[in-house]
Amino acid sequence: MSSREKILSGIKANQPSLIALPDVENFVQPFADVVEKFKTVLKAIGGNVHAVQNVAAIIEVLKAQFADASRIISVLPELNDYATLYQQGDDPHLLNDVDVAIIKAHFGVAENGAVWVTEAILQERVLPFICQHLVAIIDKNTIVPTMHQAYEQIAGTSYGFGTFIAGPSKTADIEQSLVLGAHGPKTMTVFILA
Amino acid sequence: MKAGLFIPCYVDQFYPQVAIATLQLLEKLGVEVVYPPNQTCCGQPMANSGFEHLTKGCDELFVKNFANLDYIVCPSGSCTLHIKEHLHDEHDEAAATGIRKRVYELTEFLVDVLKVEKLDASFPHKVSMHQSCHGQRGLKISQMSELVAAPFSKPGKLLQMVKGVELVQLSRPDECCGFGGTFCVFEEAVSAKMGKDRVADHIDHGTEFITAADMSCLMHMEGILKRQKSKVEVKHIAEILNSQL
Amino acid sequence: MEHNNKDHATLAAAFNVDEARVDWHDETLWFVRQKRDKAVHIVPEWEALRETASQIKNNVLSNLHDYLLQFEKNAQQNGITVHWAADDKEHNQIVHSILQQNNINRIVKSKSMLTEECHLNNYLKSVGVDVVDTDLGERIVQLADEAPSHIVLPCIHWKKEEIGELFHQYLGTPKGNADPQFLTGAAREHLREKFLTRRAAITGVNFAVAETGEFVVCTNEGNADMGAHLADVHIACMGIEKIIPLQKHLGVFLRLLTRSATGQPITTYSSHFLQPRKGQTLHIVIVDNGRSRQLGREDFRNSLKCIRCAACFNTCPVYRRSGGHSYHTAIAGPIGSILAPNLDMKDYADLPFASTLCGSCSNVCPVKIDIHQQLYKWRQVLVKDGYAPTAKKIAMQGMASTLASPGIYRFAGKMGRWVIKHFPFMVNNKLNAWYKHRDMPAPPKESFGEWYKKNREKKG
Repeated sequence: MSSREKILSGIKANQPSLIALPDVENFVQPFADVVEKFKTVLKAIGGNVHAVQNVAAIIEVLKAQFADASRIISVLPELNDYATLYQQGDDPHLLNDVDVAIIKAHFGVAENGAVWVTEAILQERVLPFICQHLVAIIDKNTIVPTMHQAYEQIAGTSYGFGTFIAGPSKTADIEQSLVLGAHGPKTMTVFILA
Repeated sequence: MKAGLFIPCYVDQFYPQVAIATLQLLEKLGVEVVYPPNQTCCGQPMANSGFEHLTKGCDELFVKNFANLDYIVCPSGSCTLHIKEHLHDEHDEAAATGIRKRVYELTEFLVDVLKVEKLDASFPHKVSMHQSCHGQRGLKISQMSELVAAPFSKPGKLLQMVKGVELVQLSRPDECCGFGGTFCVFEEAVSAKMGKDRVADHIDHGTEFITAADMSCLMHMEGILKRQKSKVEVKHIAEILNSQL
Repeated sequence: MEHNNKDHATLAAAFNVDEARVDWHDETLWFVRQKRDKAVHIVPEWEALRETASQIKNNVLSNLHDYLLQFEKNAQQNGITVHWAADDKEHNQIVHSILQQNNINRIVKSKSMLTEECHLNNYLKSVGVDVVDTDLGERIVQLADEAPSHIVLPCIHWKKEEIGELFHQYLGTPKGNADPQFLTGAAREHLREKFLTRRAAITGVNFAVAETGEFVVCTNEGNADMGAHLADVHIACMGIEKIIPLQKHLGVFLRLLTRSATGQPITTYSSHFLQPRKGQTLHIVIVDNGRSRQLGREDFRNSLKCIRCAACFNTCPVYRRSGGHSYHTAIAGPIGSILAPNLDMKDYADLPFASTLCGSCSNVCPVKIDIHQQLYKWRQVLVKDGYAPTAKKIAMQGMASTLASPGIYRFAGKMGRWVIKHFPFMVNNKLNAWYKHRDMPAPPKESFGEWYKKNREKKG
């Protein structure tokens, strides 16, 4: 008998009789304002947030924030004037010297300050992890209250890889001292586009 | 109302004043108290050590002693919980089941059954409450800090009825004292350290008396206080609720 | 991790020799418990979420066979290669064979308690594969040739000055620099080079979704992603119990996991792997290693609901004062104490006794495992199966017969308070164990029974 069969038959013999799957209640937290909640939480977990009216305003903020950056790439053609457009096909290792990566996110989650991005947006999976600074742009009206609504958005969509990103990479492994910038970005800036 | 008084073995042997206070308090509140004289122990010391199978004798004796009473009241959350969760009698399981339903820890009996709203008691001291784990997390006589739920405390409610009691708050409101039955000898180092830390929290907040609904935790903390030659004393909650100036 | 003959009590006593360090360890972990409290108390539906998660996991355990098949089928359709390992040995061999097929002998690995349980690092080392743990805490204990002492905070027992010294020795940082920011920066440089050069990455799995065949890996550092997205080969190792039925259930578990673990609303990264990256191969190793046996133990199967948040560690007053290594198993703390005896009853017979049964663990558990009840039940099983010390057995038998007989009990009480010798706190005549740090209660002149007889029975 293969291990697969052995394991499966052992499970079949030992699992209890079927216990029904519960309904998952769609808990909606009574946030007075999901956008404000999103901003508050993201700041609390070390992110930067800007509410902006248009792409020009984004570029203005970025120019000031990343004046010293040498390699700035984006996956958004509308930022062509400011950043180099990145398209998949290169060796992901070559992204190692990226200072700033600018991406779009599908939506944000108010309760935890996370944004959802998938491979289709990223072009290269490692992009939001390998850069020194990450910038994400979301539409104001895409922010959902909790993870329950987040998975309603995700349901039925197709992706090979997707991830929630909530703030900069961090660790508190040394005596519980919080350090931003463990392996991934040292900062994360989210623009909420009206 | 007739209630059987169930006195834990170590209280019987070491802290008779706690049993006397419990008896007097119940009588003051109009309860007819019966003390079955042949009682010994709930069997928890064996069971918690993994020897539940040796508690049959204890269990049967317990059923014999307490089968025909309306209520069984005990000044110990831990012993009450043990009976509630583990009392069985193969000769008379119906009687054992009945006892499991009718056994009460003292403060829950006062609050839930007698519905005590006022007490004629006075204890003009700073008092801090040790939440004994089995009473709190087992019998749920107080809300637990881990849960997202409305706070309440049956012993706290009773202490507030005592004139002069000034309740002292702690940094860690419901951390275990480290007694743990045989844990206190088999894991001596951790047990003693837990006890020291618990006592320090009470002392740091300026208490005069550490109280609890369980004498075993207090016995443990008393052992540490005495060793430290501390002026802080332990007092079972029955003694405070039964105090007069 | 190394096996030794010492039991929890002995190892914990050694840990307690340095009391200041115990205080520091306790405070640090209590701080994490407080962060957890803050995070959960602002979620009004917290208890309902726990209940939902618990019920989902109950369903999973009752239908695990079918869910695993569903997951396998979907994962394969997504282009993932699925392997099955009956035990730790087979798991390690599968991982090694994948590496061999790809001619790889230097790899990176992100945190996976399963690989700790299987002692994968030692095995790979023995067959000439160099493994670099990329989680900062895991890298620290790896450099120190130790096992993690905590499943979420692997080096929580290390002081920053000691880490500074370790990094000075191994990474060439300046002597005496113990600033966490600086040390983290040094590790970042050191490990980035590994990410860029290693062709295979191992990750754990937090959740595997039967419905879609995807699996989710959660990290704060981003190390699982850095490894997986830069490597030619990604191997994800999971226990059979990591399955959840539906994608939407991730909403429930991701809300619970990190709030319980560290008090964050979510980990920085919650990465969903559905298909391999273009040009990459993706393997999943599904491991039993005793889990199906535990599934058959009615009293203990609930332990398989665990999502490895370590909330029970942080709240446990014993864990905080005994340190993770005193549990001498990969998964320490209360949950480890109910998992380990399933792996080896003899080796881990001490662990269910390393608890006061205070019950705080069960209250913080996001999937409502009745941890302290299972500790109690393991004690019964272990004693019945003969894993109790003889002296304890004799003492317990003596106590049982005395307490079953009111006559002997009263007589014994009178005889100089029998209890002094035989009570819980002095059982086994370990009189000194109590007395070392605690005074004895002063024996009163009479017991309550005696008082009652004198003062009440005559009146009645």
